Amino acid sequence: MTMDTLHLPFATKRASGARFWRNLSFWGLLPSWLLMGFALILPIAIIAAVSVATRGAHGGFTWDFNLAGYSQILFNEGWTGELEFTPQYLMIIARTFLLAGATTLICLLFAVPVAYFISRQPPSQKAILVYLVTLPFWVSMILRVYAWMIILGKEGTLPRLLENLGFPPGMSFMFNDGATLTAMVYTYMPLMVLPVFASIEKLDGTLIEASHDLYGDRWVTLRRVILPLTAPGILAGAILVFVPSLGAVLEPTLMGGGKQMMMGSLIQLQFGGGRNWPFGAAIAMTLMAVVLIFLIFTALRSARKETAK
Amino acid sequence: MTQPKAIEVKSVSKNFGTYQALKSVSFNIGSNEFFTMLGPSGCGKTTLLRMLAGFESPSSGSILLNGREVVDIPPHRRRVNTVFQSYALFPHMTLEQNVAYGLENLGWDGARIRARVGEMLERVHMTVMAKRKPAQLSGGQRQRIALARALAPEPEVLLLDEPLSALDLKLRQAMRDELRTLQRDTGITFVFVTHDQEEALDMSDRIAVLGGGEVQQIGTPTQIYEEPVNRFVADFVGETNFLDVEVLEVAAGQATVRMPFGAVFTAPATGHTTKGRATLSIRPEKINLGDQAQGIAFEGQIVNKNYMGGYTHYTLNVRGTELRASRRNASREGDTIESGATVPVGFVAASARVLAA
Ligand SMILES: Nc1ncnc2c1ncn2[C@@H]1O[C@H](COP(=O)(O)OP(=O)(O)OP(=O)(O)O)[C@@H](O)[C@H]1O
Ligand SMILES: [Mg+2]
Repeated sequence: MTMDTLHLPFATKRASGARFWRNLSFWGLLPSWLLMGFALILPIAIIAAVSVATRGAHGGFTWDFNLAGYSQILFNEGWTGELEFTPQYLMIIARTFLLAGATTLICLLFAVPVAYFISRQPPSQKAILVYLVTLPFWVSMILRVYAWMIILGKEGTLPRLLENLGFPPGMSFMFNDGATLTAMVYTYMPLMVLPVFASIEKLDGTLIEASHDLYGDRWVTLRRVILPLTAPGILAGAILVFVPSLGAVLEPTLMGGGKQMMMGSLIQLQFGGGRNWPFGAAIAMTLMAVVLIFLIFTALRSARKETAK
Repeated sequence: MTQPKAIEVKSVSKNFGTYQALKSVSFNIGSNEFFTMLGPSGCGKTTLLRMLAGFESPSSGSILLNGREVVDIPPHRRRVNTVFQSYALFPHMTLEQNVAYGLENLGWDGARIRARVGEMLERVHMTVMAKRKPAQLSGGQRQRIALARALAPEPEVLLLDEPLSALDLKLRQAMRDELRTLQRDTGITFVFVTHDQEEALDMSDRIAVLGGGEVQQIGTPTQIYEEPVNRFVADFVGETNFLDVEVLEVAAGQATVRMPFGAVFTAPATGHTTKGRATLSIRPEKINLGDQAQGIAFEGQIVNKNYMGGYTHYTLNVRGTELRASRRNASREGDTIESGATVPVGFVAASARVLAA
């Protein structure tokens, strides 16, 4: 056999091999593409289209191009058709960001010590504790929110307990921002604990010892060594909590009583009782745009940090 | 010792659960001393060092730094710094920031910190890399920064846990000299941990040999090597031959012994030698062969030989007893004794040492 006869079949095999892999990656990824198309891109496209459609007289909409949905966020149409500025919806947007921000911050304050504590346990107990953190996910979210209503409500566990301790009877902790926040923090806490735990686990313990060795007390060590080195996990956790918090519907409706709205419930209202689909779609698109900008910003920042290293 | 004591370790024990890692260890370390803790893996060296740093507290006993009890003082309030085996440089800080870290925590002012950091970086020849991050360094460079960082705050004591073990052979040799010079120049007490006996002999003022959670012997490198107090030390530090001998008489640190192959002579002995069975330790390089044989002389057959370049190791059979000898190849024709040959063998009685059986 000459070198050529040895070489030729091999070469052709390689070429057809490459085509094989290209085909495989196309057909293999097809289900994902279909899912993304039908479950993500298509609905967003529809909502985007609806947001610039015209509101129908009795609900629904007609396909006439109209930016009224967007202008409604800032302006109210008076009787004579002139636009006057209204802060009503801006307030809801601001409240939403405030509540989502507070949720993220409170989750962070609880999650860092919890994650740190878990990371300090022996391996066998770590697994159990991590499992316990995820336990709430095994129960339907509605059930969990109702459980909070039973605890905080008028005849609930907490008011009764306080009554027995000598506080006036009939106290209720429901239907205010505090109740909404409580349920949101509770719901999203695991999403914060897990990534923070993962990054603390990766942290080399001798670095903490080195900091103590070099005269750093606990606070200095936390601020200058632990936090900077676990920042990626904290950022991931913050995004995982903040983004769904912005769209929360269940908690403000059930716990907050629905009077003080958040963007999620406002959108829901427009598609339901409000019968103003274009307006609902416009708010949804605005929310998505804000989240996207936020995500792109943080991604760019961490990418810049990576290249700086 | 007339020197002031930098460290006093008094009957320190440490238990991990039911396992006793240290059993009532006591010793003193003088100021400005280069003190080495030498011992096999798992003998408790790191545990002791961590107790000096404050990361671990003794189960019983006390530790004094410059006369002050420190068992209840946390690491960040002890004027002790550590060079960690893994270096433990902060990966998110530049080298400069790493070195400045301890000084900032001590509350030095900015100008003084800058001056000191510059001085330390220069001291370890790393000035040009000041703005780099630890990930961009080689092992030896990281080692230097770890040293600079630990020395910058002018600690009373510097602890080093096997700092050279991650370096390659050439670099290790260079760093030994550099460490020794640094210690002399700064006058800081160094407590150095290693399981490498050569390193310990080369660098230390005094060595504590640890074994089985206990101090086996403390002494200068020469004392440890030439006058080991028991089999453990003689065996762990350097190479040696152990021969079963019978002690006929003991007098003033000397013992008269009978060798398995008959010879009777008097050699230095440890304090607790008694009549009866004992062990004679004689190091391979102290056994002379061929025309160099002198002192207690006998004959032996070369069973095996390992040519090592600078010297040659021989395994001898002396009337049924195996002996190892090594000989420096002082000239090109040095290695002339052939395997299987029967040659004169001898050693000077004063080079041998009688130990408990
Ligand atoms: N946190 C701990 N829990 C339980 N046992 C421990 C702990 N730390 C050390 N030990 C045990 O104590 C003994 C001494 O450990 P140490 O780390 O001091 O040894 P070492 O002399 O430094 O050994 P090496 O040369 O391998 O580093 C070992 O048997 C070890 O298994
Ligand atoms: Mg060790």
